[in-house]
Amino acid sequence: MVEAINKINRSDMKYQTTKPIVEYKNVQKSYGDVEVLKGLNLSIYPGEKVALIGPSGSGKTTIIRMLMTLEQPTAGEIIFDGKNLWHMERKGKLVPANEKHLRELRGDIGMVFQHFNLFPHMTILQNCMTAPIQVQKEDKESARKRSIEMLEKVGLGDKLDSYPNQLSGGQKQRVAMARALVMRPKIMLFDEVTSALDPELVGEVLEVIRDIAEEGDMAMVLVTHEMDFALDVADRVIFLDNGVIAEQGSPKEVLEESNNERLQQFLHRFRN
Amino acid sequence: MTIHAIIDVFPVLMKGINITITVFLLSAIFGYLFAIIAGLCRLSHNLVVRGITSFYVEIFRGTSLIVQLFWLYYAIPMLFNVGIDNRLMAGVLAISLNYGAYMSEIVRGSILAVDKGQTEASIALNLSPFQRMRMVIFPQALRMMLPELGNYLIQMLKATSLVSLIGMTDILYHGNILRSTDLSAAPTVYLLLLLFYFIMALPLILLTRKGEQISKKGVAR
Repeated sequence: MVEAINKINRSDMKYQTTKPIVEYKNVQKSYGDVEVLKGLNLSIYPGEKVALIGPSGSGKTTIIRMLMTLEQPTAGEIIFDGKNLWHMERKGKLVPANEKHLRELRGDIGMVFQHFNLFPHMTILQNCMTAPIQVQKEDKESARKRSIEMLEKVGLGDKLDSYPNQLSGGQKQRVAMARALVMRPKIMLFDEVTSALDPELVGEVLEVIRDIAEEGDMAMVLVTHEMDFALDVADRVIFLDNGVIAEQGSPKEVLEESNNERLQQFLHRFRN
Repeated sequence: MTIHAIIDVFPVLMKGINITITVFLLSAIFGYLFAIIAGLCRLSHNLVVRGITSFYVEIFRGTSLIVQLFWLYYAIPMLFNVGIDNRLMAGVLAISLNYGAYMSEIVRGSILAVDKGQTEASIALNLSPFQRMRMVIFPQALRMMLPELGNYLIQMLKATSLVSLIGMTDILYHGNILRSTDLSAAPTVYLLLLLFYFIMALPLILLTRKGEQISKKGVAR
């Protein structure tokens, strides 16, 4: 444990000077009798790029889904941007958050899904500009302009009026990223965004993520099976096993130098 | 049955066409309205809302439309000394409440059939619950509903013939009157009535086909 903490300190030097954007404090999650997360403690810093790896069922997707407010923790607290995400104060007591409280906080969180989840009845451009207009009350022209710019950035400037079913998987996922980015989140969550893609389409999506990562300010959490990519883009890699953080540190430390046995097994399976 | 008879019968039936179409259009509008309201209410988190709606749906699905019509027109005004002495209102209410109950199940089922990922994506974009329903879920659910709602449109048209039983002068009413004064006209009258309903149903059948085409596109299931 102490060793693991030391490792965070080493790998996180450039971010540790600021306050974390997200803190998980002893967060637990169970589905019925199945305990998916057993007391997670984790801080993510503004601008930090974190890769979550681990066998399926290890709880990595649950971690980001709880932050996106799609699933409620069974116990513990998630502090986002200094505020308690799943609880709010009422008459001096902490009570479960209501929709209004969640809406105030999750505006700064963005997410990209494994299965894209584009809105099939809207054009690509509408997919991108609906939320800025409806949620952030941005005026139509400016939302439109920013959406077009964002779509051009992900290489889809010529598809503005296409519908999602006219695009390839890789193109869909790039739209999904543009759609999340126009909301200007402080942290972006990527839930196995390349897992549903044909192998030859993975590259174009990773390339966009790399571009986003290089721009800097936004924190990113990537649940991924692309080890080489994690090595390349992440500041910190976290290996989850059986609902706990089994190893973490810089990509090099975790993916190349660690002698954690479970991690070795996991990586071994992946490299074959 | 002669050509001459058809020429005699046709204008008589035409006198009722206004009523038939009026009852049909109003029933369709209110039927869809009730279906959407009841379908959404059945998905409500509020137990009372859900309970009341389920009660309405089961009562109207489980009893006969003719009896419902007679209740609305004869029984309720007498019992409570208020309400519906207006035939049009009673007829439209009976048909739309009855079909609204059936169609509410389609509305509910279609909304539930929209892929959960759509809700999750709209939460991730921070849309409000109302915006999620209005802009993401309902438009897709509607596409799924179209073919079935179209089928019910045709059924509602045929159900309008029941209003002749509370004395509304629709095409069936005029046909029956004619037959009772001249029994030999019966075959012509009823043949023409079949044709009338069929010709009115034709555009609805085409509309339903169109609905099926639309529903194949633009939905995430």
